[in-house]
Amino acid sequence: MMNDVTFGQYYPAKSFVHSMDPRAKIVLSIAYIVAIFLANNFFGLAAVTLFLVIAVAFSRVPAGSVLRSVKMILFVIVFTAVLNLFFYSSSDELHVLVKWWVITISWESIINMIFLAMRLFLLVLGTSVLTLTTTPVALTDGIESLLTPLKWIRFPVHELALIMSIALRFIPTLIDETNRIVSAQKARGANFETGGLIKRAKAMIPVLVPLLVSAFRRAEDLGDAMDARCYSGSKGRTKYKKLTFGWRDAIGLLLLAGLITGVVFLNIYFGGKFAILNYFL
Amino acid sequence: MEAVHFDNVRYSYREEGGEYAVNGVTLTVREGEFVAVLGRNGSGKSTLAKLINALLEPTSGTVTVFGMDTLDEKKTFEIRKNAGMVFQNPDNQTVASIVEDDVAFGPENIGLPREEIGKRIDFALKAVGMEQFRHATPSRLSGGQKQRIAIAGVLAILPKIMILDESTAMLDPKGRREVMEVVRRLNKEQGMTVILITHFMEEALQADRAIVMHNGEVVMDGAPEEIFARSEELESYNLTLPRAAYICKKLQEAGMSVGNAFTAEELAEEICGSLQKG
Repeated sequence: MMNDVTFGQYYPAKSFVHSMDPRAKIVLSIAYIVAIFLANNFFGLAAVTLFLVIAVAFSRVPAGSVLRSVKMILFVIVFTAVLNLFFYSSSDELHVLVKWWVITISWESIINMIFLAMRLFLLVLGTSVLTLTTTPVALTDGIESLLTPLKWIRFPVHELALIMSIALRFIPTLIDETNRIVSAQKARGANFETGGLIKRAKAMIPVLVPLLVSAFRRAEDLGDAMDARCYSGSKGRTKYKKLTFGWRDAIGLLLLAGLITGVVFLNIYFGGKFAILNYFL
Repeated sequence: MEAVHFDNVRYSYREEGGEYAVNGVTLTVREGEFVAVLGRNGSGKSTLAKLINALLEPTSGTVTVFGMDTLDEKKTFEIRKNAGMVFQNPDNQTVASIVEDDVAFGPENIGLPREEIGKRIDFALKAVGMEQFRHATPSRLSGGQKQRIAIAGVLAILPKIMILDESTAMLDPKGRREVMEVVRRLNKEQGMTVILITHFMEEALQADRAIVMHNGEVVMDGAPEEIFARSEELESYNLTLPRAAYICKKLQEAGMSVGNAFTAEELAEEICGSLQKG
């Protein structure tokens, strides 16, 4: 039932990346995203890709599982890529290939499309390495710990982290529930498969309403259960899992610092993404 | 020693009087007792349970847990530490996505140091026979296993009283047996006071004492065998006998000389005895 939701699903294994501190992994992921957007030519993206390949290799997560995470947003990537292909406009002089009505395809727009698609791919793949190797609990612990400074301005860090981990914990439960409701409505003759977009969206109402009602009931039950287990906010609360920054994290951060420096040098050395055209045209 | 004491307790879900879900209940549960609370839906048995650990506050009367009044807000924390509660739906009482993190939730809340929490997790998971699932994901476990994890989560706080609010209602027969086995063991071996809210008559047979509730009032209170012997009265509260006891009663009515039996094993023995005599 859950097979097609790889994004945000933990892949249990014992590896270098799995045993890294979630805080280090979160910081690394953010820095990795920065590197993706910092790179302004294909050599930079190649460097980022190399880093990603190393990370996946050391995570012992099968490449297939990592790639599957792209499936969910493949449509978004294709859609933006196509839009960029047709409507790319720039003040630069363009090497136009096709010009028809409002659509212009040029060498530049092709390059731009490939570049954009690569960026999005790398973005999704990189972040899914984080979620595949880090349990949702560790992830929220990491976020809570990283956001600790915000406690000074009375930002409810603990509450936010708890809300996040509970939300993650209820995803499979609510998916099961949705499937159950869909089956129940189908049994009563509801039709989800045919009809236009609006008709199908309308058909979802009898699913969403009971789902929402049951979510509220579950929330109330959970509140009682948490009360019964002595929950009274972050005050006087201890944590069982302690986060420790280790040598693996240091290596990871060093590698990433190297990557960002490399990307910056490649940017300066090879120039922008269109510089590649000079070799061909 | 008195573990729980109800003194003329009334509770209404509505602000201004109206119907009482619990209506004038006076009741004492001693430490180490195993009490089953029976009653049909809406009889007030779940409300009774929630009054014990201060999830609900009595509209009138007092509820005390080891002498602590549940109306005293300063004692709420202490009361909940002493009276753990397992709920009906195992899915709605799990906080974390990993078993050990979920069991750790209670100990974390009462501010225990890390090493102690680790020990409590070991103890609690062992007590419910789920040690090998320490790193598992609750959503992938069976209903019975999930409910045992929920019990472990409560046990880790080391309460003196365990309240089970229809905790077996959503389980299949196997899950129900698993949970009942754990509960019975806790009561016998650890001397845990158990208050079991249920509508399965068979479960009540494992208790030392059974209480029947009807329209918010305690209408019967005694040893399970004693209660089930008064079958007409029980039926007037829309409750039925355990199946074996029902068959036994029918056999007696039909003229077979069998003594009172409540479980399948007892019934089998009675029938064998009767056949040998005849």
